[in-house]
Formats: sequence, structure tokens, C-alpha cells
Amino acid sequence: MFDSLYELISNYTYQTVALGSLLLGLISGVIGSFTYLQRQGLLGDGISHSTLPGIAIVFMLWQSKNNALLLIGAAIAGLLAMMFVLNIVKYTRVKFDASLALVLSVFFGLGMVCMTYVQNMPNASQAGLTSFILGQAATMLRSDLYFMLICALIVLSLAMLYWKEFQLFIFDRDFAQSSGYSTSLINGILACMIVMGIIVGLQTVGAILMCAMLISPAAAARQWTDKFPSMVILSALFASISGLIGTSISSLVTQMPTGPSIVIIINSLVIVSMLIAPRRGLIAKVCQRRQNRINFNKKSLENVLGN
Amino acid sequence: MDASIYSAVEVEDLTVAYNSKPVLWDVDLKIPKGELMAIVGPNGAGKSTLIKVLLGLIKPVSGRYSFPDYQNCSLKELKRHIGYVPQSSSVDWDFPATVFDVVLMGTYGKLGWIKRPGKREYELTRSVIEQVGMSQFMDRQISQLSGGQQQRAFLARALAQEADIYFMDEPFAGVDAMTEKAIVVLLKGLKAQGKTVIAVHHDLQTVAEYFDWVTLLNLKIIASGPVDETFTDTNITQAYRGGLLNSKF
Repeated sequence: MFDSLYELISNYTYQTVALGSLLLGLISGVIGSFTYLQRQGLLGDGISHSTLPGIAIVFMLWQSKNNALLLIGAAIAGLLAMMFVLNIVKYTRVKFDASLALVLSVFFGLGMVCMTYVQNMPNASQAGLTSFILGQAATMLRSDLYFMLICALIVLSLAMLYWKEFQLFIFDRDFAQSSGYSTSLINGILACMIVMGIIVGLQTVGAILMCAMLISPAAAARQWTDKFPSMVILSALFASISGLIGTSISSLVTQMPTGPSIVIIINSLVIVSMLIAPRRGLIAKVCQRRQNRINFNKKSLENVLGN
Repeated sequence: MDASIYSAVEVEDLTVAYNSKPVLWDVDLKIPKGELMAIVGPNGAGKSTLIKVLLGLIKPVSGRYSFPDYQNCSLKELKRHIGYVPQSSSVDWDFPATVFDVVLMGTYGKLGWIKRPGKREYELTRSVIEQVGMSQFMDRQISQLSGGQQQRAFLARALAQEADIYFMDEPFAGVDAMTEKAIVVLLKGLKAQGKTVIAVHHDLQTVAEYFDWVTLLNLKIIASGPVDETFTDTNITQAYRGGLLNSKF
């Protein structure tokens, strides 16, 4: 496909997709850290699956493939799904995991039904709608890029502006509330950020794999640091780099899909981090245990000899 | 109850229920200002629920509560005068933060939205960490704290709130004898500054030693008043005979 790196970098489509994946990584890395620490990593998965009926229904109503319109439909469906999940937990005896599975499967099922119906509609403009399921980064346009850039700016500004509130809320919700903060407002802002991150990712990695973009960078970053700010920055960095590398690989290798490539790269980073990260990593832990045994043995030997 | 005693908190006809099961039934209570008050009762008596209602975390089914000193304040203003020490088991201690980070959160309430902590907040945080004897652990990861250290970190965070009324949910849970003594000294120090402390307490042996006032609670208020008058064998027996009381519904 491309003979040299230079040729790759100067390719217009590659530039667009690579920049898009980088922006997606930035957004999902930051938001993912928040949901990861709230132990709500799977919420992102549920919401991203639930965006599908929104896309299909918007298309059915307006027969339009305008990306902005479709993504608004996705966002509405995603927010609706999140409200269902959280309220089912609040008002019934169904627990979070079950509630999530219920809402996810109902929405995704509805989405697939609508998609199939759309596929069988007489006019041909529906082609490509299913690309939101698994993502199709190559169809990304410059205008999509501007949309992603705006989303990234909004997410990053919100994260910086409400840094203190997010930290307080994630660590101790009751304390935040008792300190006079409206936890439903903070939760609402966070929810909007999550949905925004997901609709940005729909085109690149698709509804099914989007949860990896939220969970994996945060999980990898957590291995390396014990500080909240560095975790968020590292997570964004990991996700952006994976976006870049994944895009490059899929451009260099024929018939390689972009979204799954990105996901495989970011998860390789998770595995490497779990193995070699200092202190939290497996190897570090094994070494520490061995070192402890040697030290303790030495000490007890000294005690015996000393006496 | 003595009419001359000035209340920090007044509760009237308060009823709270989870689903259809009442947890607090028709509670009337006056919490005296500037005293250390223990809330005592068996498991499931509604002790934590009571302080969570007063903190605004749980909505009651019916009834009222008020803070006479802050009657004309907005809710936001009122919360600046209230401190909270939750049960230490209520949070995830694997959160990436140091003791300093957690204690600093105590200053957030007075700061309000968006504003960042500055020099004043950092100094306050350092000084309250010193007050609870945790200075050498200031930069330690909270995941590496012992139970007693966690409790002290939470106390320091509450001190950083610079509140007038403190609600504490089992401040002595899971701490060793030495930490317990240190916490008692802190509580007496708060009283000396004219602050009101309401603490859920489990150890009946130490109620008289640590607290001035006691409320015996089991779904209803069994008794409430100064420890020497109220903390009698009759009242204690009545409070801990939970099954009988509940069956009256």
C-alpha cells in the first residue's frame, strides 16, 4: 500500500483518520479515568451499545445520513439508556450489573431490529449505517474532525474546570453532597461527557469496541501511578498513542480494520503495564516478595546468631 | 428537657422509610449546642440514617429538622457550618490519592464550585493533619493506611471543614486503644472551642467517659439527655430490646 513512512504520513486520508483517532484517544482517556475510578467502566459499554437505535430511528425519520443528525440521535439514545440503568438501580431491587445488561440488550436488540429494517428499505442511501456497529474510520471526513476537535475541547475544559468537584465526587459522593455540592449536577456533567466521548468514538471504533477505549487506557495508566492528575494525563497519552499506532498499522496492512487495531494496541499496553509497572506490576511484586524473603531470613539468622 | 438549653439542631416528628419499612419513626430530638452527644442503639436502629437525614443525604418521609443558628441562611451557607466524618468503609481506599489530597477535600465545601484551593487551604490542611498526629504520613498513599490511620485522615478532613456542628458515623470503629484516646482528645478539643459533635457510638462502656449527652435510639427515641440522667440501665435495656419495639407496628 504505502512504500515509505513519508508516503503514509503525507496521505490525506491517513492524516484525517490518525488525527481523529488521536483526538478520540485524548477524550476517551480522560473520561475513562473518571468512570474507571467510579467502578463504572461497564456503564460506557452499555451506553455505547445503546446508541444504535438512536442512529437507526433518526435515519428512519429523516432519511438523512447527515452525521451530526445521526450522532444527536445516538446521544439521545445513550443518555436515555444511562437514565434507565441508574433509575432501575435506584427504584427497583435489580442491581447495577443486571440493570446494565437489561438495558444494553434491549437497546442493542432494538437497534439491530431497526438497522435490519433500514437495510431493507427501498432507497439505497442507507448503505454504511451499520458501520457505526464496528466503526469505519476510513469514512472519516475533515468535517468529522472539526466535530471531534470541538468535543475534545469541551471535554478537556470541563475536566479542568470541575477537576476538584470530580475528584471529590468520585472519591466520596456523600461527603461531596454534605459539603454543599449538588451531586446530581456533577453526575449529570459527567454523564454528558461520557456520552460525548462515546459518540465521538462511534465512527472510529464503533459501538461494540468503544468500551475498550474507556476502560483500557485508564486501567493501564492506573498501574503506573498513584496520583489522580498523572493517571488522567497518562491515560489520555496511552489512548492517543494507541490511536496513532493502530491507525498506522491498519493503513500499512491491507484489509486491516482501524478500530480493532487501536483496541488491540491499547490492550497490549494494558498487559505490558500489568507486567512491568513499578510496584503494582506483577514482576515488581514477585521481585519484592523474593527480596523480602531474603531480607527476613537474613534478619532472623542474625537474631539467632546474635543471641 | 431543660428549656434553657440552646439547641444546635431541632428535629420534629421525623419519619424515614426505606421502601415500606420505617427506619426512624416519629423522632423528636433537640441536640444541645456545644456538647458532645453520642447516638447509641442496636444495629439497624436508624443511627446512621438519622445523621444522614440531618446532613441532607436522605430525604425523610415526613417531619422537619432545623438548625436554629442558621435559620436565615441558604442551604449552601448552612452546609459550610456542618462537618461530616462518614464511616471509613464507605469509600474505596484504592483511589489514587495521598492523605494530604483527602484532607484537602475538607476545604472544598467553603471554596465552592470551580475555585481552586490556595495557600490558605494548603496551610490549613497541613495544620489539621498535624493535629491528628499524621504529619509523617502526609504524602502516604491512602491505600497503604491502617484502619486507625484512615479514621484519623477522615477526622482531619472534617477539621479542615472548620465547621460548627460535626456529625460522625462511628469515629471509633476499627481503631486501636491509642488512636481511640487520641480521637477523644480531639473531640474534647472541639467541645472546648464551642463546637457541637454528634457521634454514632457502639461501645456502651465508654459512653459516660467520652460524651456529655446521649440519645438512645431504636427506631424511636428511647431517651435523650445528659449522660448521668439518661444513660440508665432501664433506658439501655429498653433500647436494645429491639424486636419488641418493632413488633408494635
